[in-house]
Amino acid sequence: MVQGKDKYEVVIGLEVHAQLLTKSKLFSGDSATFGGEANTHISPITLAYPGTLPKLNKEAVELAIRLGLACGCEIERINYFARKNYFYPDLPKGYQISQHTTPICKGGFVTIRTGDGKRDVVLNRIHLEEDAGKSIHDVDDKNTCVDYNRAGVPLVEIVTEPDLHSSEEAYAYITELRKLVRYLHVCDGNMEEGSLRCDANISIRLKGETKLGTKVEVKNLNSIRNVKKAIDYEVDRMVELVEKGESILQETRSFDATNDTTFSLRSKEEANDYRYFPDPDLPPFIVSETQLQKIKDAMPALPEQLVNKYMEQLNLPEYDARVICDDGGTIHYFEKLIKHGSHAKPAANWLLGPVKSFLNDHNVSIEDFSLKPEKLADIIELVESGKVNFSIAAHRIFPALVKDGTKTALETATEMNLLQESDTDSIATWVDEVLAKMPDKVAEYKKGKKGLIGLFMGEVKKVSKGKADPKVTTQLLTEKLSQ
Amino acid sequence: MQAVEFYLQQIEAKKHLNAYVDVYAEEALQKAKELDEKRKSGEPLKRLHGVVIGIKDVICYKGHKVTAASHILEGFTATYNATAVERLLAEDAIIIGSLNCDEFAMGSSNENSFYGATLNAIDESRVPGGSSGGSAVAVQADLCMVSLGSDTGGSVRQPADFCGIIGLKPTYGRISRYGLIAYASSFDQIGIFGKNVPDIALALEIMAGADDFDSTVAREKVESYSSLVQESKPLRIAYFKDAIDHPSLDAEMTEAMKSYLNGLSEKGHQVTGIDFDFLEYIVPTYYVLTTAEASSNLSRFDGVRYGYRVNDENIDLTSFYSQSRSQGFGKEVKRRIMLGTFVLSAGYFDAYFTQAQKVRKQLYDQTQLIFRDFDVIILPTVPSPAFKFGEKSGDPTAMYLADIYTVYANLVGIPAISLPVFTHSNGMPFGVQAMTNQFCELSLLRFSHQMMQQ
Repeated sequence: MVQGKDKYEVVIGLEVHAQLLTKSKLFSGDSATFGGEANTHISPITLAYPGTLPKLNKEAVELAIRLGLACGCEIERINYFARKNYFYPDLPKGYQISQHTTPICKGGFVTIRTGDGKRDVVLNRIHLEEDAGKSIHDVDDKNTCVDYNRAGVPLVEIVTEPDLHSSEEAYAYITELRKLVRYLHVCDGNMEEGSLRCDANISIRLKGETKLGTKVEVKNLNSIRNVKKAIDYEVDRMVELVEKGESILQETRSFDATNDTTFSLRSKEEANDYRYFPDPDLPPFIVSETQLQKIKDAMPALPEQLVNKYMEQLNLPEYDARVICDDGGTIHYFEKLIKHGSHAKPAANWLLGPVKSFLNDHNVSIEDFSLKPEKLADIIELVESGKVNFSIAAHRIFPALVKDGTKTALETATEMNLLQESDTDSIATWVDEVLAKMPDKVAEYKKGKKGLIGLFMGEVKKVSKGKADPKVTTQLLTEKLSQ
Repeated sequence: MQAVEFYLQQIEAKKHLNAYVDVYAEEALQKAKELDEKRKSGEPLKRLHGVVIGIKDVICYKGHKVTAASHILEGFTATYNATAVERLLAEDAIIIGSLNCDEFAMGSSNENSFYGATLNAIDESRVPGGSSGGSAVAVQADLCMVSLGSDTGGSVRQPADFCGIIGLKPTYGRISRYGLIAYASSFDQIGIFGKNVPDIALALEIMAGADDFDSTVAREKVESYSSLVQESKPLRIAYFKDAIDHPSLDAEMTEAMKSYLNGLSEKGHQVTGIDFDFLEYIVPTYYVLTTAEASSNLSRFDGVRYGYRVNDENIDLTSFYSQSRSQGFGKEVKRRIMLGTFVLSAGYFDAYFTQAQKVRKQLYDQTQLIFRDFDVIILPTVPSPAFKFGEKSGDPTAMYLADIYTVYANLVGIPAISLPVFTHSNGMPFGVQAMTNQFCELSLLRFSHQMMQQ
């Protein structure tokens, strides 16, 4: 650890840009889908041809509100867009349309869990803005090329207060936020493709000090791990500087993932004057009570609320509830299992057991899991009704149905001859067979070694290839052994 | 067919007026032929069947050059139709060419065009006004029937006045701005030039109304202005006393205005002179706000995606921008971009932009109060008739101050029209300007029609 580090308190504010999962761009009908051949999701509007005007995409507004509601933000009713003026080739109009001074969502929080427990990270705001295009420097020797597919794609910028105090907290915050945007279908949360991007404002101050220290903004953090690494590096750098008696320069730095360090991009003096002013092409947009209510009504219950619901109403243990609610895909799957009649505890056991191992082993996400919830519900039903035992269901029927989901669970079990026998006659035959094989043990049992019942049970299970219903078997064994 | 041939001959004969930037002769003839056949076959005719229209070089017509009379867009071809153009074409209008103007619609004399000035056909040593000078002369000199201009602070009404024709600026948001190259977004409005009110009324009712491509266009109902202009009734008319007695107003014009107002009372209208406290503020307010918007609107002309770019591979990005834009834009445009950049910059924003916004709001409120008691406001259109080339080009402030009567309607978003009712002793025409409340185009056109028939 850097000398003297524990004297300081770390203060971090994060700005996360999340691309909204809308069909079209924020101010035009062009596709907002990621990728595509360069310059195919463009129109005169995206390219800022003379005479073109922006037209607000209402879907983007709804997604921003949805996220704001989930974070407990206050939703602004009268909203404005401003122009942020600067020149760059990836910015077609020479200005970015952004909410900047008048965010649609104010305040709010995101709950995180770290080694120190649970805590609400306070948000400053969530606002709407448009993305820029992408400059590509390596396809042409002489020129920089620009792909405008991304230009105009809707973003929300989620800004925290300077309320995070360690790289672990920052890590936990982005992890939670990413889960949330995915769960709400607001953003796909893919940091590698850049649909979720993070800038960190970092400063340090002596513990007990109330004034904020000089901040450094670190950009280009394209994974959650890099956010943590960049903060760690930056905090060490700052502590070393201050300990040496030097001052921290207010600047923008970039993270270099090749060696986990940061380097200076520009100082505060070189900062642009963006000449913000209200965009005269866009009248204020009003969020009406009815619109807000509609969005509220369509909101799914939030993971945190679901954990409580699962514990209280479905009697799941906290661990099970938390693991299920850890990601939206599992929640959706679980909810469907319940809807198809599965009981909560067995459904949780299956999800946390066989399903999870299968997904881990095959590196598949639950969204792409080929076994439909209704099929798994059938398997669970087979076990619960005593037609198949859990072990056989998990090891034989489950893999078979994952491979071929066209048949029902019952058909598969029947074909594979795995259905438990509860017919007394057949079980009696197996019981007789086993008892006949082991006269010594029978004698010992009769002398009082009642524990041997387990051995007989096991043998019957073997002989019957697991098909013998345990209840009937126990009953018959006890009867026959007491004769 | 005959109409198109006539106008093409006129355009050729009066080429030296420099009204047109581009003439679509072949295409117009072809279209006229098709329309003739349509008529012969007995098909029902559209509302603008064969009406020959010229459009200002700031309005996009797909497949045709649109350059805002600027070097920076030299050779640029529109890739889509402006909504206004789309609607004219849908009614079988024939667009015959694009018309000269001040660069990016910034100017009052047409002297700021990359293509050189348009001449006033009444006196070729005088300016036609601006910025829509070409559009005014095209109607004045019978180079088309009706023309489109754009009016941000008087760019339709002032040249109409200088050329002795009618020029209408509708309510802000009455006609979609989609496809109109922006100067100042919250002021710009497509306007119409014509020689009679019914022509203008018809063009307006066809172009006006809601448009999915412009969020600022009004959803207000569009009336069938052309069929309703005949009606008239006594109106409550106001004029600003200070405006008529303003020291900058030409003495002869002051007299003309006064006797005109008397004439209105005699005709049974109720005419009242009212106080208006903001007259001295409107020109500065207008220039602060329009240059601010323009500085941002014109950022897209950067040489990256289209238009003029500096031809030097060995310069960095900043030099690329500054050289492309310095070489591509003309002097007046650069002056306004710099003014606008200044008023938006961090240290001055509140002192200029915010203050100007406040004045604009006050003007609007004041105007609404006036229209509670009155139907029409009458003002001069300009303080003096068409001046000579070069007379004012060295003094931009004097040029700006001459906008005193026209910028008001743009600041408060109301419709305004210039009617050619006077002739100056120097032989030049001049007009009177009438205004009504927002979306009251019908009463404005009715009043205008009545005035023009006397």
